[in-house]
Amino acid sequence: MEDTPMEFGESNKDTEIAPALIAVHPTQESVAAAVGPDLRIFDLRQNSAVSLKDDSSVGSLHKDSIRVVRYGANGKLLVSAGDDKLVKVWSTESWHCITTVCSEKRVSAVAISNDGLYVCFADKFGVVWIVDLDRPDGQVHVGKKAVPLLSHYCSIITSLEFSPDGKFILSADRDFKIRATVFPKNPLDGAHEIQSFCLGHTEFVSCLAFLWTEEYPQGFVVSGSGDSTVRLWDILSGSLLDACEVGEKAGLLGSNGREAECYSAVTDLCSNPDGSLVAVALQRQVVSIGGGTFIPTSLQMCSSTGLLWMVTGVSNLRGSECPSLARVRVISGVNKSNSDSDTREHQELEDNEIPGGTSLLKNLQGSLSYGEEVFLAAAEALKTAMSNLLVKKQYSTEKRDFRKRTRNDKKIKQRK
Amino acid sequence: MLENEANPTLSKSTGLPRKRFYRARAHSNPLSDSHFPIPISPHHVDYSLHYPQFFPSPDQTDSSKKIQFADIGCGFGGLLISLATLFPETLMIGMELRDKVTEYVKERILALRTANPGQYQNVSVVRTNSMKYIPNYFEKGQLSKMFFLFPDPHFKEKNHRRRVISRFLLDEYAYVLQVGAVIYTITDVEELGEWMKTCLKEHPMFEALTSQELEADPVVKLLSSATEEGQKVARNGGQTFRAVYRRIAPSL
Ligand SMILES: C[S@@+](CC[C@H](N)C(=O)[O-])C[C@H]1O[C@@H](n2cnc3c(N)ncnc32)[C@H](O)[C@@H]1O
Repeated sequence: MEDTPMEFGESNKDTEIAPALIAVHPTQESVAAAVGPDLRIFDLRQNSAVSLKDDSSVGSLHKDSIRVVRYGANGKLLVSAGDDKLVKVWSTESWHCITTVCSEKRVSAVAISNDGLYVCFADKFGVVWIVDLDRPDGQVHVGKKAVPLLSHYCSIITSLEFSPDGKFILSADRDFKIRATVFPKNPLDGAHEIQSFCLGHTEFVSCLAFLWTEEYPQGFVVSGSGDSTVRLWDILSGSLLDACEVGEKAGLLGSNGREAECYSAVTDLCSNPDGSLVAVALQRQVVSIGGGTFIPTSLQMCSSTGLLWMVTGVSNLRGSECPSLARVRVISGVNKSNSDSDTREHQELEDNEIPGGTSLLKNLQGSLSYGEEVFLAAAEALKTAMSNLLVKKQYSTEKRDFRKRTRNDKKIKQRK
Repeated sequence: MLENEANPTLSKSTGLPRKRFYRARAHSNPLSDSHFPIPISPHHVDYSLHYPQFFPSPDQTDSSKKIQFADIGCGFGGLLISLATLFPETLMIGMELRDKVTEYVKERILALRTANPGQYQNVSVVRTNSMKYIPNYFEKGQLSKMFFLFPDPHFKEKNHRRRVISRFLLDEYAYVLQVGAVIYTITDVEELGEWMKTCLKEHPMFEALTSQELEADPVVKLLSSATEEGQKVARNGGQTFRAVYRRIAPSL
């Protein structure tokens, strides 16, 4: 019997729709956006677009949609990976690709260890791989071998995060699970000791972010899910500390009787360093900006500047005159918690107030303006794609039997 | 018993369910998506459904008594039935992927409870994919014994990841097993026996039991004799390959 491709979400062909992503350097020296296979970087110190240099023989740059882009904790590295099964590590000094790792499967999540020595990435079979980056600076290394670190049995891993103290690696999956694993001294031998499972979500877990305080160096983790909640966990015990029905809070559930059953998935979240504020992207959240709508596909806070960077956008949008598009927005004042004062501190910046101004927008977005409607169409298409990939299909017994009867492998057998 | 007479799936002479009414496919694919309910977390496992005599009402499930033995891929349940009377105060559960087989074991336990009042109250079965949902059933360090008797061999190299013992799954088993707990494996397939032994030997959280310890453990003798598969192998004079390991604390 063949493995059902549906299980791994590999059924769709190469031109799968993908959300636009954003990543911000820890001290905002640069901002990166990924739209489809395009990795766009704007250097805020030089105030200019970066041109990436990739000499790897595997072929330069990405060939298919990027699914993850993020900076390492110390800002020296940027990693990008996705549907072309390549994991690329870039030096943020030279903007050279210093390592290209080939994965056997598409890559769904990555994380750089806090010391910058390792890159971990998850493939669509639920296996997390690790590669050591311990190489003299500037040396280009292609085709480095990754070794398996841990595995979620045949699930799709949606997010990987190191705890702030670097002692744990967290992995979240479509089977509602978050696993906290001790990150060992010799991780190339595998990470065998599971600290906890954080169980409570009732749909796929889509995103993780750590909150950090001095008393808890290992940090607390917040998770977002397809069940439209955000949950707070103690990773040492796996206990659920709090749950917030963000879908309800945003007034989305129940407001429309027809869709009461259809939760709006949390697609991304991020927090400010002291954990006083968590920003959440919901699939149907409508952020009103200048009367328009803004449904972010990716978010990141920069703690040093207190700016929340958001992008909305898509690639491979079928049947549209702009199949790939992106719009960047920035909110200021997120490093202070709102409750500290009565004054309205969070403010949406006008395009010309955004660091880098219009040249940054032109670089990251690809164009300065797009029509409103196309973003709504993009949001709708992304929602469908995410649910196809991550939501478990509930088959009734009848449907299941029907599927079995009409399966292709059976048909082939009959014809023989 | 009146009820049994009306029910052709139960044998008239023994009151036990007849296996032929529960015939099932030989193999299930553990990779395909599930259609059975899965507890959100170990707190959501309803002990009163499984062990009504120990837990008369659902809200008593917070008591300290927890499942300690798990028979993974329990098949028709022979091992559990032997263990139930050997450890009458220990709660144990079988995990089985095939629904018809699970139904059979359920009926078997109910019939034994009826025929032997007060006994077999500590044994139950659940239909689940153990390769995906072990952490949904057991907390960290909850189990003291885990059994993998005559698991499906999955010969082809590309199907090795379907095996119930693998270096990755051992990480999860180590998580649910307490330090000192024992994992029992046996097979009549030499290659699989080697594989299971190697996985266990190479894992930093398991160590082999010594031959004296194996000798002293009454459960070891049941491995080749108590289950339906074991009996079949014995009838055919087949060889068996055993690996019994203890969960240890990882060295720092
Ligand atoms: C060869 S039988 C052995 C049964 C029993 N242990 C015995 O010795 O008689 C293996 C059993 O494992 C079950 N099984 C296979 N994969 C499983 C999984 N992922 N979760 C639960 N059960 C599984 C099969 O359905 C089958 O009943």
